[in-house]
Amino acid sequence: MSVLNGVSYGLLLFMLSAGLTLIFSMMGVLNFAHASFYMLGAYFAYQVSSWSNFWVGLLIAPILVALLGGLFERYVLRKTHKFGHVPELLVTFGLSFVILEIVQLIWGRTSVDYPVPPSMSGSLFKVFDSTFQMYRGFMMLVAILMLVCLFLILKKTRIGLVIQAALTHPDTTEALGHNVPRVFAIVFAAGCALAGLAGVIGGNAFITEPGMAQSVGAIIFVVIVVGGMGSLAGALVASLLIGLMQTFAVGLDWSFAGGLARLGMDITAETPGYSLLKLKLSQVAPILPFLLLVVMLVVRPKGIMGTRDD
Amino acid sequence: MNTEKFALEVKELQAFYGKSHILQGVNVNVREGEIVALLGRNGAGRSTLAKAIMGMVDTKGDVIWRGKNIAGMKAYEVAHLGIGYVPESRDIFPKLTVEQNLMLGEKGGKKKGRWSFDDMYKMFPRLRERQHTEAGVLSGGEQQMLTLCRTLMGDPDLILIDEPTEGLAPAIVQLVAEYLRELKRRGISVVLIEQKLAIAMQISDRVYVMGDRRIVFEGTPAELKADANIRKEWLEV
Ligand SMILES: Nc1ncnc2c1ncn2[C@@H]1O[C@H](COP(=O)(O)OP(=O)(O)O)[C@@H](O)[C@H]1O
Ligand SMILES: [Mg+2]
Repeated sequence: MSVLNGVSYGLLLFMLSAGLTLIFSMMGVLNFAHASFYMLGAYFAYQVSSWSNFWVGLLIAPILVALLGGLFERYVLRKTHKFGHVPELLVTFGLSFVILEIVQLIWGRTSVDYPVPPSMSGSLFKVFDSTFQMYRGFMMLVAILMLVCLFLILKKTRIGLVIQAALTHPDTTEALGHNVPRVFAIVFAAGCALAGLAGVIGGNAFITEPGMAQSVGAIIFVVIVVGGMGSLAGALVASLLIGLMQTFAVGLDWSFAGGLARLGMDITAETPGYSLLKLKLSQVAPILPFLLLVVMLVVRPKGIMGTRDD
Repeated sequence: MNTEKFALEVKELQAFYGKSHILQGVNVNVREGEIVALLGRNGAGRSTLAKAIMGMVDTKGDVIWRGKNIAGMKAYEVAHLGIGYVPESRDIFPKLTVEQNLMLGEKGGKKKGRWSFDDMYKMFPRLRERQHTEAGVLSGGEQQMLTLCRTLMGDPDLILIDEPTEGLAPAIVQLVAEYLRELKRRGISVVLIEQKLAIAMQISDRVYVMGDRRIVFEGTPAELKADANIRKEWLEV
């Protein structure tokens, strides 16, 4: 059961990290605002579904987010690009604050009530005493459909071929007559649409609040570093890994103290480091991805599937 | 005053990489269907001139292509106006197959180009054998054939080719020469950038020599052959 929950969370992370990875390959810098587009997706979906219903939000919110992303690329990023990487980085950083402020201005500082649609709120099936929520299944379905589409577009269409070429050799691709700036705007907008869609289906599965961009942003940063900057396959592996890790850890109340006690050691409040040893795995779950990041950077700095040798 | 109509006229062209000012007033003309060689030592500024014509570096001055000033246009716009470019680094797309590389040469407009995949494979049978191979594993010579063909798939009327014979075995150099003659037969203008005189002297109609980032000689291959001073000062190493 935890496996399925972990996989559905991992796939959600991959919807985010796939776009971020493509945008990273293209710009050469991290887009700090990527998770902000995830948040916008959730809030737009909340707003639209409060006016009509969830399904309309599912359709419209990603499109709105893609439009905003496309405009940002066209009118801000593209103009910043010629000044180099640092200004580009700063401008995406700035955007993340602007989005955060605007979200708080419009929807307030606390979480909004963006529920799972009633038709999806039951459990799909039950094994022993744990259930697999129907909505989790729906999340997986949407994520898989999206990712299959992404794969087919990249590998089987002409525009996908041009994107693959432009990501690695932009100048040569442009000299062959391809409008590379437009290709980049499309990639940026598509990455934002994926992030927005992840927000639509993640916002109600988890929580829709102004802090969601920051918390998820940190995780997908870990995902793409662990997966290997710029590698889609690496991002997939790392997303699933972290999704599973997080889900399992939350469900387990193992602790070092418990483990050592079982080995016959006498652990009491007087044992040195007891306050660390008594921590349950579920309590440290939120920092596990960052531990993984540190371990990865020490053991294999280029990531699981990274190809960069610098 | 010269009133002759040229296909391409480069007038007082200046080029910059950021703040470094590389070309300071270069003049070059190419007639329709002509092969023009652009010779010079490493660092003379030949590649920069090709990039400047393509709009890949910042420029000042004029680049007139068939009566239209294309200076300052984007590279993809220049390509769509019929100027092809084969970069010196054999910049193939290494993860894509030979066939996919060729597909990327096509511009995808409605107009059917004068070249087909079959023409390419007839010219270079090695490429047909390797059409489903990742381009990154081809030999240097095969990669050069691929870049030449990839640009042709875009159906250019003028093609800028930067050092196509660099580091190739003599037999393959002759294949490249044959390719250039085929272009000429089909009425395509060629600007051939080279360091060595070898094939440039065999096949070109006219020759420019660049030294120190300016044009130091303009004439026919025979005139260059007769001018030992120019060769000694600007070409021999
Ligand atoms: N990307 C670049 N940035 C700065 N200077 C460059 C760059 N590329 C070439 N140059 C300089 O421009 C000059 C001309 O180079 P180039 O056009 O490549 O010569 P050629 O092709 O004739 O060997 C050289 O002095 C070189 O150092
Ligand atoms: Mg050069």
